[in-house]
Amino acid sequence: MALTQDAVLAGIKEIVVEVAGIDANLIAMDKKFSDDLDVDSLSMVEVVVAAEEKFGVKIPDEEVTKMATVGDAVNFIVANGK
Amino acid sequence: MTQRRRVVVTGLGATTPLGGDVPTTWANLLAGKSGVRKLEDEWAQDAAVTFAARVAVEPSEVMERVEIRRLDRSEQFAVIAAREAWKDAGSPDDIDKERLGVVIASGIGGVITLLDQYDVLKTKGARMVSPHTVPMLMPNGPAANVGLELKAKAGVHTPVSACASGAEAAGYALEMIRNNRADIVVTGGVEAAIHLLPMSGFASMKALSTRNDDPAKASRPYDKDRDGFVLGEGGGVLVFEELEHAKARGAKIYAEVMGQGLTSDGYHIAAPDPDGAGVTRAVKFALQDAGIPLSEIVHLNAHATSTPAGDVAEANALANALGSDISHVAVSATKSMTGHLLGGAGAIESIFCVLAMYHHKAPPTINIENLDEAVTVDVVRDVPRDLPAGSIACLNDSFGFGGHNVVLVFRSYEG
Repeated sequence: MALTQDAVLAGIKEIVVEVAGIDANLIAMDKKFSDDLDVDSLSMVEVVVAAEEKFGVKIPDEEVTKMATVGDAVNFIVANGK
Repeated sequence: MTQRRRVVVTGLGATTPLGGDVPTTWANLLAGKSGVRKLEDEWAQDAAVTFAARVAVEPSEVMERVEIRRLDRSEQFAVIAAREAWKDAGSPDDIDKERLGVVIASGIGGVITLLDQYDVLKTKGARMVSPHTVPMLMPNGPAANVGLELKAKAGVHTPVSACASGAEAAGYALEMIRNNRADIVVTGGVEAAIHLLPMSGFASMKALSTRNDDPAKASRPYDKDRDGFVLGEGGGVLVFEELEHAKARGAKIYAEVMGQGLTSDGYHIAAPDPDGAGVTRAVKFALQDAGIPLSEIVHLNAHATSTPAGDVAEANALANALGSDISHVAVSATKSMTGHLLGGAGAIESIFCVLAMYHHKAPPTINIENLDEAVTVDVVRDVPRDLPAGSIACLNDSFGFGGHNVVLVFRSYEG
């Protein structure tokens, strides 16, 4: 079954809450990881590894550098997930 | 020649086995309480040594969960103590940050992070090793994190000299202000090494007390039946400030930092030189640096870790350095209550010295049932002792594996 945007967003929210201690209500598609969610480059590695585990998708480093917002990550995972 | 810049202490912070802050720690210290307890951890139950002195207040009770996640336990102690010290100093946030430094030491660094992540590597693979591993395990991590929080830009430093590290940090901070590199330096030392591996290493050296049936009585400096030190954790942070800078902003002044003496034994990697010659020289250098009459020295916070060899060697070295002036020095071995905080020891004991000068009161030494007859210094036993009124000074001894000797001098500030 394909991943839906809602399911992936919910999963990313869980991960960011765990990694950055951010209130889940503040996490939305348009939020920037570094500026809005206290996810710096080190924490972004944690987010990516956790997302790969959770959704069974490989996120290459060059894609990670393009993921400025939560929506960028969600859309990549929806497009490339099984 | 211009007059030397004077350095005073304007803020104190700590998290120790006796309390989550300085007032609680000091009150329990004067009350002669032990912070040593049986370890509840599963790994400790079958270990050679089953007790230690954990911090009284877990960092998770006073920090955000995400901070706990990103900071090694040693870094958590540093940040907690630094927040208290900075607030105690009146939060002088308007200082030019290029005139603000940080010198915070650790003996071992983030050893628990290193070992935890090695477990992750072995059980889950390299990909799952945390990207925070290196910033958490590096020994300069506690100083760096405090520096970041305070935005210190005069320099952030981490001297490493085993159990002398915390005192060496204070000496470095003193010189930073004297040399006009900074007006305020936040200094201290921390340690978080209560884990089976470091404890097993110390136990293999026969350095730890094995009094498993009576932990609170295990740390007993100067007692005839002492059998090793008790590992403690936690840390202390002091705000050092140039005197005129402190006066200009109306800061509370606890005491003056008068000098330091540094030497090395060149004798053995772990054993103290039985002659204590390196300690004697360090005391003499510290007193020269301080430039005060020996008659003013009324108190010593001894290194005295409760090991058979170390305590007596230190006491003899002090007597050699001070001559007949040893007669008016009240000696306190506070590790009898806190355990040995390794890189944090010199820092919390500097805080105890500062408070002893401020309150004119020497904390007690507990657990001496039979004083070792080789100990000829005047040990403050069981209850605190009032120190003379007027201008008084004290010494803080700290020594580390490797043969490092650091002696600091603090003096009451009379205005």
